[in-house]
Amino acid sequence: MLKLPIYMDNHATTQVDPRVLEAMLPYFSEVFGNAASRNHAFGWAAEEAVEKARTQIAAIIKAKPKEIIITSGATESDNLAIKGVVEFYKEKGNHIVTCVTEHKAVLDSCRALERAGRATVTYLPVDKYGMVDPDDVRKAITDRTVLITIMFANNEIGTIHPIAEIGKIAKEKGVIFHCDAVQAIGKVPVDVDRCGIDLMSLTAHKLYGPKGVGALYVRSKGPRVRLTPIIDGGGHERGMRSGTLNVTGIVGFGAACEIAQREMPEESVRLLELRNRLQAGLFERLEEVYLNGHPTDRLPGNLNLSFAYVEGESLLMGINDVAVSSGSACTSATLEPSYVIRALGIDEELAHSSIRFGIGRFSTAEEVDFVTDRVSREVKRLREMSPLYEMAKEGIDLKAVNWKAN
Amino acid sequence: MAYSSKVLEHYNNPRNVGSFAKDDADVGTGVVGAPECGDVMKLQLKISDSGVIEDARFKTFGCGSAIASSSYVTELVKGKHIDEAIAIRNTTIVQELNLPPVKIHCSVLAEDAIKAAIADWKKRKGTAADDLKVAEG
Repeated sequence: MLKLPIYMDNHATTQVDPRVLEAMLPYFSEVFGNAASRNHAFGWAAEEAVEKARTQIAAIIKAKPKEIIITSGATESDNLAIKGVVEFYKEKGNHIVTCVTEHKAVLDSCRALERAGRATVTYLPVDKYGMVDPDDVRKAITDRTVLITIMFANNEIGTIHPIAEIGKIAKEKGVIFHCDAVQAIGKVPVDVDRCGIDLMSLTAHKLYGPKGVGALYVRSKGPRVRLTPIIDGGGHERGMRSGTLNVTGIVGFGAACEIAQREMPEESVRLLELRNRLQAGLFERLEEVYLNGHPTDRLPGNLNLSFAYVEGESLLMGINDVAVSSGSACTSATLEPSYVIRALGIDEELAHSSIRFGIGRFSTAEEVDFVTDRVSREVKRLREMSPLYEMAKEGIDLKAVNWKAN
Repeated sequence: MAYSSKVLEHYNNPRNVGSFAKDDADVGTGVVGAPECGDVMKLQLKISDSGVIEDARFKTFGCGSAIASSSYVTELVKGKHIDEAIAIRNTTIVQELNLPPVKIHCSVLAEDAIKAAIADWKKRKGTAADDLKVAEG
């Protein structure tokens, strides 16, 4: 039996896996100690739980447990990595290399440093699939470069960057490489050594764990990466992130990583099948649908499509029993269409027409079929209402029209 | 964002969707907005020789509030004389549909569409459209 509304926005967040919740429950009540209480059993029990979780988190990215610094989430991890490196290595330089389609937590951290006069930043472009060219990274590096920060996979279009190549360049040039891998963890294999990653942002809630807990991987050897903390306090987390640990959340994060790591081989195949089913269904029923992002180098659960002549927010409104998201201006606070879609160099109106489908662990083929049907019917209805569709059918070149924008 | 019940009602049951023949001398066509801005409204008014709006049609590319604004406008102008219709302000649309501040531009676009359609009709009829303020630019 199909249960409405359908959740298909798994890049925004994911449902906590019941197995994760079960692992967390005792830590709300019986095991409530402060992991930093070194002199009694309550503290030891909490510390033991945290260290077990740290091992589980480290394992999914092939790191050592002591290289995992717990944070409140990926936004904090990105801030700590970028601001922490720039501050610590200020004698060495002040230049950052990043890319225009990064998450706001990365871009705005860079901009804050620029505004404060503490860094200069190169924002690399992407190709039509949203992929950064490693050669551009190489060319952008100067003797003042202290940090490269490029995400593993994009949160809107799912494109996976050539991370191992960028990591290799970073090693050659002796520059620290930070990677926001929030969307990739648990979806595709991630190996910090093989990819030459020195710092990596992670979060629990994108892989069926709880919100409010994340981590920063900090390489301990080859090179040993140093950071200036951005939060001052009791010196928790090897002095890099003060604050009493969210033991319950951390336990959930650990459990989520263990499940994701174990089930990834099968789960990624299943997600890919569902994604292909959705894509094929929509392409079969509708004309002029365009794929945003890389056709193959992308997250298995991600499908980002532009439905020409239909504005994204109105489409979302029409499929209100399906939770997806849009790159339309009207869905953003700034009234600008998605900067990620625009960076692909596609027509501006296609940015307004983009919808992101995020298929996840709890998605079913039945749901995919329902969404296919619902979306195609609504797109057809809205196209009948669209002056652009009418004009295109009449053979009018929409780009040649002199629009009277207000 | 939660939509007002009136926006939802117009979105789900839009009034007067469609097109009149553009070369009909009684029809004034106004196309406002731009695809790259995410909003294009086409409003067509069928106007009698005495200047009474007898019928209206719209097609809109835009968010739900833009669709609702244009749908509402087709109802609002029907039966009105063009001098009355041209005096319609976007605030009337905002109030009727309970549009939030971020959606006020949808109502402005709808107001512009009325003016553009009437100006087009006047041009076709050969009457002086010069004294009309057609929102452009």
